[in-house]
Amino acid sequence: MNPPLDWRMDRAPRGLLEARDVTLDGGGRRILQGVSLRAWPGRLLALVGPNGAGKSSLLGVLAGLRRPSRGEAALDGRALADWPAPQLARRRAMLSQNVRLGFAFRVEEVVLLGRSPHGERLRAADHAVAAAALAAVQAAHLRGRSYLELSGGEQQRVQLARVLAQVWNSADGPAWLLLDEPEAGLDIAHQHLVLRHARSLARRGYGVVAVLHDLNLAARYADEVALLAHGQLLRHGSPAQALEPATLSRVYGLPLRRVPLRDDDGWLLAPAP
Amino acid sequence: MSSIALPRERTRARSPYVLGGLAALLLAAALLGLGCGALRLGAGEVLGALGRWLAGRPAQGDDMVVLMLRLPRVLMAALVGAALATSGAAMQGLFRNPLVEPGLVGISAGAALGAIGMIVLGGGLLAALPALLGSFGVALAAFGGGLAATLLVYLIGRLRPGMATLLLAGVAVNAVVMAGVGLLTYLATEHQLRDLSFWTLGSLGGTDWVRLAAVAPPMLLPVLLLPRQARALNALLLGEHEAALLGFDPARLRRRLVALVALATGAAVAMCGVIGFVGLLVPHVLRLLWGPDHRLLLPASALAGGALVIAADAAARVAVAPAELPIGVLTALLGGPFFLWLLLRTRIGEAAA
Repeated sequence: MNPPLDWRMDRAPRGLLEARDVTLDGGGRRILQGVSLRAWPGRLLALVGPNGAGKSSLLGVLAGLRRPSRGEAALDGRALADWPAPQLARRRAMLSQNVRLGFAFRVEEVVLLGRSPHGERLRAADHAVAAAALAAVQAAHLRGRSYLELSGGEQQRVQLARVLAQVWNSADGPAWLLLDEPEAGLDIAHQHLVLRHARSLARRGYGVVAVLHDLNLAARYADEVALLAHGQLLRHGSPAQALEPATLSRVYGLPLRRVPLRDDDGWLLAPAP
Repeated sequence: MSSIALPRERTRARSPYVLGGLAALLLAAALLGLGCGALRLGAGEVLGALGRWLAGRPAQGDDMVVLMLRLPRVLMAALVGAALATSGAAMQGLFRNPLVEPGLVGISAGAALGAIGMIVLGGGLLAALPALLGSFGVALAAFGGGLAATLLVYLIGRLRPGMATLLLAGVAVNAVVMAGVGLLTYLATEHQLRDLSFWTLGSLGGTDWVRLAAVAPPMLLPVLLLPRQARALNALLLGEHEAALLGFDPARLRRRLVALVALATGAAVAMCGVIGFVGLLVPHVLRLLWGPDHRLLLPASALAGGALVIAADAAARVAVAPAELPIGVLTALLGGPFFLWLLLRTRIGEAAA
C-alpha cells in the first residue's frame, strides 16, 4: 500500500463531510474566510450565526453547489468537484431557503422529484419512499393536493419530504441532509417535529447539517454547534461549549444570558435584562 | 385538483390513455384536413386514396388531389404544430414561466430578419442560384437568421449565470433585430412588401413533397429528442439550484434545449412563416388539463399541436374558399381571446410563475 493513500484514508473515513480551509468570494466581497469544519455521520450539526455570517454559503459549499475560491469540500475524503453529479445526489440532499415552484404539481409528484437521481423510471419502491417521506413530516394527507393550494408551512414540509426522499435508504454509504433554515415558516409544533425528525435521522446514521436561526432550537436538538460570524468559524463544539453567552453577546451585538429551565437540566438563551 | 387522496398510480396509468386519445385526435384532424378544401372529399374517398397509394394500386378519381396536394400539406401542418408546441413547452419549462413563447430567445425575429434580408437585398443572389435552391433561398436565410439570433442570445446569456440574463438578452436582441426588420421594410419595394407580408402572416400554401422532405428532419428530430429531457425539465421547475442538487446539469440542459428549440422553431418559421400562439397555447391548455409533468406534457404537446395546426390550416382553406386566409392570422385571432379566457378563469397566482 502506498503511504500517502493510507494517510488520506485515515484522515477521511467513509461518510465524513468536511470543509478544508474554504475561502469563498462572491459579489466582490469575501463570504467565507479559511473555514475548516468536519461533520460526522450520525450527528446533527447546527450552523448558527448572525445574518450575513456565511451560514448558507457554507452549506452551499458543503453541498457542492458552490465552488470555493480556495480550499475544497469533500465527502468520504473525495473532493465534491470530483463526484459524478447523480452519484453525489444519491448521497446528499439539500433543502434550500424559499424553493419557489410555480407549477401545479400534485404533492406526491413534488416528492417524487426527489427520486430523480435513482433511475430513469419511477418504480413502486419510489412511490413507497415518497409516501414514507410524506408521513415522516406529517403530510401524508396532502398527497393528492395541488402544491399551489398549500399554505407556506405545508409547502415547506412537502419540500422537506422531497429532500428526505432523495436520500432515503441510501445504499452507497451514510447519506447527508443539508437543511437551510428548515424551521422557517413553520409553527412551533412543526418546528419541533422537523428537528426531532432530523435528530432521529442522525441517530439512524444520517449526517445532518442544519442552518438554524433559533439558538434555543440549536441548543435543544443539535449534537454539535458551529458558530460563524463575518465568514469565519468562531466556535465548534457541543451546544454548551459553542453557545457561550459572552461570545454570542459580542457576535450578535445583543447581551444574552442563559436562563436555566426548572424541570430539566437545560437552559434557554434570552436577552439579558 | 380535488383534495381527496388520489390513487398512487394515477399519473403513470393515465399517460397511455391521454396520449392515445390525442393521437386519435391528430388522426381525426388529418382526415378532416385531407377532405377539406375547394374540392370537398368524404372520409371514405380520402381513406380509399390513401389505401390505394399504400397498396401500390393505380390512383383513380381525385386521388392525386389527396396525395400530391393535401397529404404533404397536412403532414407539414402536423410537423409544424408539433415542433412549435413542443418547443413552447420546453421553453416554458426552461424559464419556469408558462407565458413564454419559443420566440423569446430570438428565433422568430432572427428568422424574420433573415427572410426580409433575402427578399429585399438578395434579389440578385436568388436569381443567380440554381432554380431548386433559389426557391428555398428565403427559407434558408430565415433559418440561418433564426439560428444566428438564438446563438447570439445564448452567448450573451452565458455571460452571467441564471435564466434572467438569457431572458433579458432575448428581449434586447429581439428589439435590435426588429429594428433591422423595420429598416429593411422601409427600404423595400411594393412588390417585396407583398412577399414579406405573406411570409410574416404565415402560410402552409405551396407545400409539396420536396419542401416537406427538406424541413422534416430539423423539425422531427427535436420533437423526438425533447421528451428525453423531461425529467431534467421537471427538476428545473424547482429552480436551477434544486436541479443541480438533484444531479442534473442546468447549464448543459439549457444548451441542449435552446439548440433543439432553435432547430425546430427555426425550421417551422423559415418554411411556413410566423404561426403565432401555438407554442404558447397548446402546452398551457395541456398543463391545465393534466398537470405540468413534462414526461406527459412534451409528447402530448406534439400530438395536440399537430392536430391544432392541421385544423387551423383546414379552416384557413375553407373560410374564404377558393382563396386562403393566412394561417397565422387565424391562430392569433382565435388563440388570443381563448388564451385571455383561460387566464381569467384560472387564479392569477397560478398563472404567474
